[in-house]
Amino acid sequence: MILIKNVRLVDARGERGPADVLIGEGRILSLEGGEAERVIDGTGLFLAPGFLDLHAHLREPGEEVKEELATGLLAAVRGGYTDVVSMPNTKPPVDAPEAVRALKEKAEALGLARLHPAAALTLGQEGKHLAPAGLLKAAGAALLTDDGRTNEDAGVLALGLLQAAPLGLPVAVHAEDATLRRGGVMNDGALADLLGLPGNPPEAEAARIARDLEVLRYALRRGQARPHLHIQHLSTRRGLELVREAKRAGLPVTAEATPHHLTLTEEALKGFDPLFKVAPPLRTKEDQEALLEGLLDGTLDAIATDHAPHTPAEKEMDLLRAPFGIPSLEVAFPLLYTELHLKRGFPLPRLVALFTDGPRRVLGLKPLHLEAGAEASLVLLSPKEKPVDPKAFASKARFSPWAGWVLGGWPVLTLVAGRVAHEALE
Amino acid sequence: MRHLLDFQGWTRAQVESLLDTAKVMREVLERPVKKVPALQGFTVATVFFEPSTRTRISFELAARRMSADVVSFTAATSSLQKGESYKDTLLTLEAMGIDAYVIRADAAGVPHQATRWVKGAVINGGDGRRAHPTQALLDAYTLLEALGTLEGKKVAIVGDILHSRVARSNAELLSLLGAEVWCAGPPSLLPEALPGARLTPSLEEALREADAVMVLRLQKERMETGLVHLDDYIARYQVTERRLGLAKPQAPLLHPGPMNRDVELEGALADSERSLVNRQVQNGVAVRMAVLYHLLVGREGA
Ligand SMILES: [Zn+2]
Repeated sequence: MILIKNVRLVDARGERGPADVLIGEGRILSLEGGEAERVIDGTGLFLAPGFLDLHAHLREPGEEVKEELATGLLAAVRGGYTDVVSMPNTKPPVDAPEAVRALKEKAEALGLARLHPAAALTLGQEGKHLAPAGLLKAAGAALLTDDGRTNEDAGVLALGLLQAAPLGLPVAVHAEDATLRRGGVMNDGALADLLGLPGNPPEAEAARIARDLEVLRYALRRGQARPHLHIQHLSTRRGLELVREAKRAGLPVTAEATPHHLTLTEEALKGFDPLFKVAPPLRTKEDQEALLEGLLDGTLDAIATDHAPHTPAEKEMDLLRAPFGIPSLEVAFPLLYTELHLKRGFPLPRLVALFTDGPRRVLGLKPLHLEAGAEASLVLLSPKEKPVDPKAFASKARFSPWAGWVLGGWPVLTLVAGRVAHEALE
Repeated sequence: MRHLLDFQGWTRAQVESLLDTAKVMREVLERPVKKVPALQGFTVATVFFEPSTRTRISFELAARRMSADVVSFTAATSSLQKGESYKDTLLTLEAMGIDAYVIRADAAGVPHQATRWVKGAVINGGDGRRAHPTQALLDAYTLLEALGTLEGKKVAIVGDILHSRVARSNAELLSLLGAEVWCAGPPSLLPEALPGARLTPSLEEALREADAVMVLRLQKERMETGLVHLDDYIARYQVTERRLGLAKPQAPLLHPGPMNRDVELEGALADSERSLVNRQVQNGVAVRMAVLYHLLVGREGA
């Protein structure tokens, strides 16, 4: 049993405490203290429910040189995540039940964060033939997506939604019209023109979201069960507006935004550093402000990392050849705690909700609040500030666009169903 | 200035001092012994990740005329794909004690990236669509020879503006020197904005009353990717004798080369009195000598 004494509590319901949190048998036994073998002084610290990441690229199988479950899931618990959804764009893609099962078993043996594998929507992620959704679900798949590839064929997406609906599986989409995006490597506009880099227009995102919402309407009308469309890494003001309108109209749609779109803009590309090359690209300040509004008004359900590790050599290529992606599992919460909550007054309970209840709801999981009887998947956070040091990352991708940024809100203890999975208490 | 990457952050005075040096170098090149000891003991590397014999020879000649040692490295982009990185290549050269790197690449920003890895001066020898500053300097020098000043002069740049590092660098530099720069091309080959330039899809608008006309090379690739149709381009954007009549009489004609005769430019015009193409090539060596000199020797005050 563990007793965390005198700790402030924060969850989606609000901030309260201090309380003495007694943990045992994988649950919160009491908020009023009790006897325990281990007592942790929680003075000055925050306790929150464990985070769930809807969008991490853990690269296993096939690209273990970039990341593997052991490093990715360790990075996750260090970042306060108790649950992680892995993207299926591995080599080969996760499109068969055996592959889902293999990932789950391996992750369980590691005893770090719990893995919820996403499976491919289509075989080989080729966008042509549907993968076996029922078998994938039975094997433990948490959602279906061809993330990394854009679903060009609207008919296939419609069938995918119809097929997934009675299984209760969300279908997540990387919303970018590839024909409008062409070879874009950064946000399209005057800055891309100045830098001489091919642009990826914001309209490529909005156009695809508009189409996908119509496809969702179709699946909603034709299907017996209610489908669920989840829009990944939203990056534009216009895309956000479309989701907001759709939600108001009662469509079953959810959406996520990433730490990098919330804290960086296209201006970062001025130094021609491929560290900032990501898909969808970093956009303008205006887009970022729109995303912040979306976090507050509920248009955005979750903050998801899109943790995308690569080797340093790949990121030392030029902007045309370097791969897209930023690793962020270890810094996501401190980054937003500092940049949104401390600097901009973003309410802490709402921020925590975007890491906990929001993503849980997308997966159809019950909310997790700090109360007696709740599962003890928890993260203890310290407001003490320290600089981001990529060399100390557990992730194999030891580089970061936020290197040197001084952040608070670092996870110092992560419990996965009562088990200590990460500890950095002083 | 420690490096020459593009003209962001440059002042008019800095550019003018560089062009003054080029004038001196031009005189050196007209002597019977075309060599000065200015860069004795310095080593210049030409690092070409994208092949370009003309530009490389021009830089190497410029370095040798000032008695620098020259090494050259040329890599096929295919070897980059195989994982041999720019950084590894540059660090290897760095270990050999290079003082200046002339870097050419097919991707924007590679010379900028290089400044993070090497201590020597970096000269952008052309990077993707971004910049080709020594080309712009030699164009400016050539125009100054022909026009005396660029203040208030209208310069028309015609062709594929979107993909052109020459257009970008000229827009930055010529406007810095007081010129009014117009860029004309088909809508599919025009950017949304270019600092220092006015953009127009109308060739006529750009040519009207122009003091000088710069014609850009049209890449075959643009036709293959459907951005433009060759016949349509020729019909609407080829610089012809008749259309050149819109410009001021005797307005000089420039082209960064190599030229597609009878595509972007009517063949006969290329050989006419108005064409400064050969003068551009000659001035290229002098301008590059001035750049090397400024970055390696004349750092103070520059
Ligand atoms: Zn994606």
